[in-house]
Amino acid sequence: MKEWEDQKTKLVESIHSASTLDELEGIRITALGKKGTITGLMKSLGSLDPEKRKEAGQLLNAIKEEVASAIDARKVTMEDAALDAQLHRDRVDVTLPVRPESNGSIHPITQTIDELTAIFCEMGFTVADGPHIESDYYNFSALNIPPEHPARQEQDTFYLPPDETGTPRVLRTHTSPVQIRTMEKTTPPIKIIVPGRTFRSDHDATHSPMFHQVEGLVIDKTSHMGHLKGCLIDFCRAFFGVDDLPVRFRPSYFPFTEPSAEVDIGCTRAGGEFRIGKGDDWLEILGSGMVHPRVLSGCGINPDEYQGFAFGMGIERIAMLKYGIPDLRPFYDTDIRWLKHYGFVPLDLPTIAGGINR
Amino acid sequence: MKFTLSWLKDHLETQASLKQICEKLPMLGLEVESIQDRSDELSEFIVGYVEEAYQHPNADRLRVCIVDTGSEKVQVVCGAPNARTGIKGVFAPAGARIPSTGDELKKGVIRGEASNGMLCSEREMGISDEHDGIIELPSDSKIGEGFAKIAGFDDPIIDIAITPDRADCLGVRGIARDLAAAGLGKLKPLDTSPVKTTFKSPIDWRVDLPDMDPPLAPLVVGRYFKGVKNGSSPKWLKERLQAVGLRPISALVDITNYVMMDVGRPLHAYDADKVEGDIFIRLAKDGEKYTALDGKQYVFDEEMIVIGDDRGVDDLAGIMGGERSGCGEGTVNMFLEAAIFDPIRTASTGRKLNIISDARYRFERGLDSTSPFWGSELAARLVLDICGGEASELVVHGAEPDWKKVFTLRYSRIENLTGVKVPEPDCLRILKTLGFEVSGKGERIECAVPPWRADIIGEADLVEEIVRVWGFDEIPMISMLNDNVIPQPALSIRQIREGLAKRSLAVRGMAEAVTYSFLSSRDAILFGGGAEELRLNNPISAELDAMRPSVLPNLISAVGRNSNMGSNDLAIFEVGPQYSDATPAGQQMVAGAIRSGNTGARDWTKSTRPVDLFDIKADALFVLESLSAPTNNLQVDPSGAPGWYHPGRSGAFRLGPKVLGYFGDIHPKVLATMNVEGPIVGFEVFIENIPTTRSKGPARSLLKLDALQSVNRDFAFIVDHELQAEKLIRAAQGADKALVTAVQLFDEYAGKGIPEGKKSLAIAVTIQPKNQTLTDEELETISDKIISKITKDTGGYLRD
Repeated sequence: MKEWEDQKTKLVESIHSASTLDELEGIRITALGKKGTITGLMKSLGSLDPEKRKEAGQLLNAIKEEVASAIDARKVTMEDAALDAQLHRDRVDVTLPVRPESNGSIHPITQTIDELTAIFCEMGFTVADGPHIESDYYNFSALNIPPEHPARQEQDTFYLPPDETGTPRVLRTHTSPVQIRTMEKTTPPIKIIVPGRTFRSDHDATHSPMFHQVEGLVIDKTSHMGHLKGCLIDFCRAFFGVDDLPVRFRPSYFPFTEPSAEVDIGCTRAGGEFRIGKGDDWLEILGSGMVHPRVLSGCGINPDEYQGFAFGMGIERIAMLKYGIPDLRPFYDTDIRWLKHYGFVPLDLPTIAGGINR
Repeated sequence: MKFTLSWLKDHLETQASLKQICEKLPMLGLEVESIQDRSDELSEFIVGYVEEAYQHPNADRLRVCIVDTGSEKVQVVCGAPNARTGIKGVFAPAGARIPSTGDELKKGVIRGEASNGMLCSEREMGISDEHDGIIELPSDSKIGEGFAKIAGFDDPIIDIAITPDRADCLGVRGIARDLAAAGLGKLKPLDTSPVKTTFKSPIDWRVDLPDMDPPLAPLVVGRYFKGVKNGSSPKWLKERLQAVGLRPISALVDITNYVMMDVGRPLHAYDADKVEGDIFIRLAKDGEKYTALDGKQYVFDEEMIVIGDDRGVDDLAGIMGGERSGCGEGTVNMFLEAAIFDPIRTASTGRKLNIISDARYRFERGLDSTSPFWGSELAARLVLDICGGEASELVVHGAEPDWKKVFTLRYSRIENLTGVKVPEPDCLRILKTLGFEVSGKGERIECAVPPWRADIIGEADLVEEIVRVWGFDEIPMISMLNDNVIPQPALSIRQIREGLAKRSLAVRGMAEAVTYSFLSSRDAILFGGGAEELRLNNPISAELDAMRPSVLPNLISAVGRNSNMGSNDLAIFEVGPQYSDATPAGQQMVAGAIRSGNTGARDWTKSTRPVDLFDIKADALFVLESLSAPTNNLQVDPSGAPGWYHPGRSGAFRLGPKVLGYFGDIHPKVLATMNVEGPIVGFEVFIENIPTTRSKGPARSLLKLDALQSVNRDFAFIVDHELQAEKLIRAAQGADKALVTAVQLFDEYAGKGIPEGKKSLAIAVTIQPKNQTLTDEELETISDKIISKITKDTGGYLRD
């Protein structure tokens, strides 16, 4: 028995010192293989008497198991080491850049329209649109702007050849024609906003021949200037993300509203830095008023029964103010550097739930 | 519209400060553009007494002056020859800015002597070109007093913007009236009583105009002045005109300008001795001309109202007088015209001839119909005061146009329209101060409109007048509530799709562009546009003279510009309109995109390659899929794309007869014409052409997952080179619709080993057993079905 123990000790020692899997396999075959030493000893047990056989068998089994598990353990250790070595060889410079991919972007005009849509939609407005090429009826006459009206001269209108009836065609100078088109085909209540392209024949540092406006129109039996004020103050504060933003209404003139008001928001230029919010200065951002009774009746809406308000503002202007974009002209230049710099993350759709200020 | 504070106070009795006035004006609808307060600018310039002036020890031409400023004694080195002991001058301390140059005055040492300020010349003060010496002020000037006050510069100039409806505020008096109504003072009375007349005018009107409605010249009033002396105007008159930006000319001309600015009544003064016979008013003859007071010659057409005498036309009614009959230094007899001309005619004439004048500005906005009478008296009083002489009786042609209007104001309407409750007495007071004659009370108030308020045309205007003066700040703020508990969608399907298209393309790495709706005719024609009805009559440039027939050209031309700035690899899109005709239906919403250059910058994995049409086809399909187009049923028509695409490398997406979009390489000739380097691939998807799925509610069809493992089989076929791969794929799909669930084309090859005119297409077919595992025989049967279907449909055969 003693020699068995010695033999086992030797085997375990050789297992621990084995340096390759082949060597280990050799040891296994030598000890536990069909003709292995331990296998041989097991076979020889049969010649012993039952009493001794049982005792020797138990011992031998224990030795066999110990050797086998030593081999397994050694194997795992060696495999781990081999894998570690492999992994070490496989390592790469992870600071290398990724394959080039371009990140898309959303134009500030789109983002701004989505933002204001989210806000007005929360107030129950729906979005309407209309043609860019308009008859001068929808662009002017129906809005109480007769042909010789000074207001009509002040808008630099793009003209197209007249239609087959000789009626002049124009590129709409404001989104207001959609007011008329909507009122003509809808029985109040009406509650729409109209974001879209507008055109004026003007091109300098602060004017672009194409720009965007958003129009608002509310027609029902009770809406008055107090609602107009609430609607626009709520909008301005939400849009610019300034809870206590001062908003001021000043009397003004638009042919299609009466009374008319221009709307200013508070700002400051203190310390040479422009900021929207409480301050010592005002910035005009939109025009508004109660829809003129003539406009209503022209659309077949009885001004003694229905009333409401309309407003309009420049989308580029509020986008520039909100996002600190200094210059108007690059909006349409398709300069990829500008689009990437001032653009927005593709999936960042403004919602009321997620907030609209980035 | 400019005026000075003291001018305003001629009409307004007020204790209000400049600040109060300027804060009130915008709240009345009179937007303040600027306030120029020279007393502010010149506040540091004060009266200084030269206590002692002695020769500079180190410079012959300089003197050292000790100046008493009232609060301290300052040493100043001065080069002026008249700088001497005992005079009073204009002292500027260090730190002041010299008005003429804007330079800041600094303390210094001049040739060893300290100089801590300056004594100023007229040129330095921006008063005149005089620079021979320093200003010498009267000896009784108070030391330390502001120079602005002494020089009459302490009258702030206010510039306000007047909206087109407020013709009444094109004179200082109108502004004063508004301020009075707002409680900032009291409107002073204006003396328009008739002046003493001593003779009948030797000049009469000969008006010969067609009868029109409204009349072209309903009322003309004239008056002859004899024995006047037309020198230069008195100082106060010159200063006022200069303050509002008018150049003083001579007393008679200055008076007409002054009355225009003061009460908004334009006048014209003829030198009566230069007028032959009576003065006519008629329509011009085509081609007639005159030289206007601005020295330029203008040619008339038959629609323009002109004024002249026996020698010919010399005045354009309501716009500008003529050079020949104008007043000059030598004028002793003068004929003064005050008329009403049709505003529309005046405006169109002015526009045609492009003459901008203060008179036209007022005529076309509409004058007070009674103003020819009272304006004549007002002017006559000034003429007689300033120039002496005698005034004739008025010569009048026509009569006041009917300006009398009465509107009923329902008191409740004020609150209904504006949400403000203005107490009734305040309403009445406001209306009265604005010049309305008010009668009745309670719910119905009758309001007679004053002649200077032609803009008041109904009840809503009366409401505005009251609330404007009462204060828009009094309007309550009432938040809008959404009428629906659960908000309804604010957007239409088309609008939702626009947004989806934008964000889908951006997700694919493309940058959104917004470009003009117009472009050059050249580019329009290249993209199938350029029709006459879509060309602008008045483009801002030839580069922007046609409505765009496609969104692509603007994107393509951006490639050139970006390339010049070093960005060659572009992926940009626009979702916007294209215009196929000038009707509303001709405006279509398109998602268009281009890719140019490489798929990315050169990189170490060597993964980038030039973009090709399959990149853009994938973009297009992604958009179509995002917009719920039935992409499985789409046919790709290889000859369906229009002429701006490469004929062999482009296609159209069709759904039956409906074209949903185009894609492909942009035609090299188009790129060459546009001077842009290719290759560029692009697509257009017509958002409105994508069918909207009939809504079956939000529920999806039930998903049935197969429990058994699918089997893949690869096939390669030799087919004609011209065969469209899609045909082969569809044949495979159609071989057994139940079991073939996917077909993926993984190889296209032509060349060695393939017969001339043929190509090899290899596909992987996924076969999905349904109820039980397929036996080898069953699989064999399906394979045979696939092969025979493809052979039948494509004429191809299995590759060995």
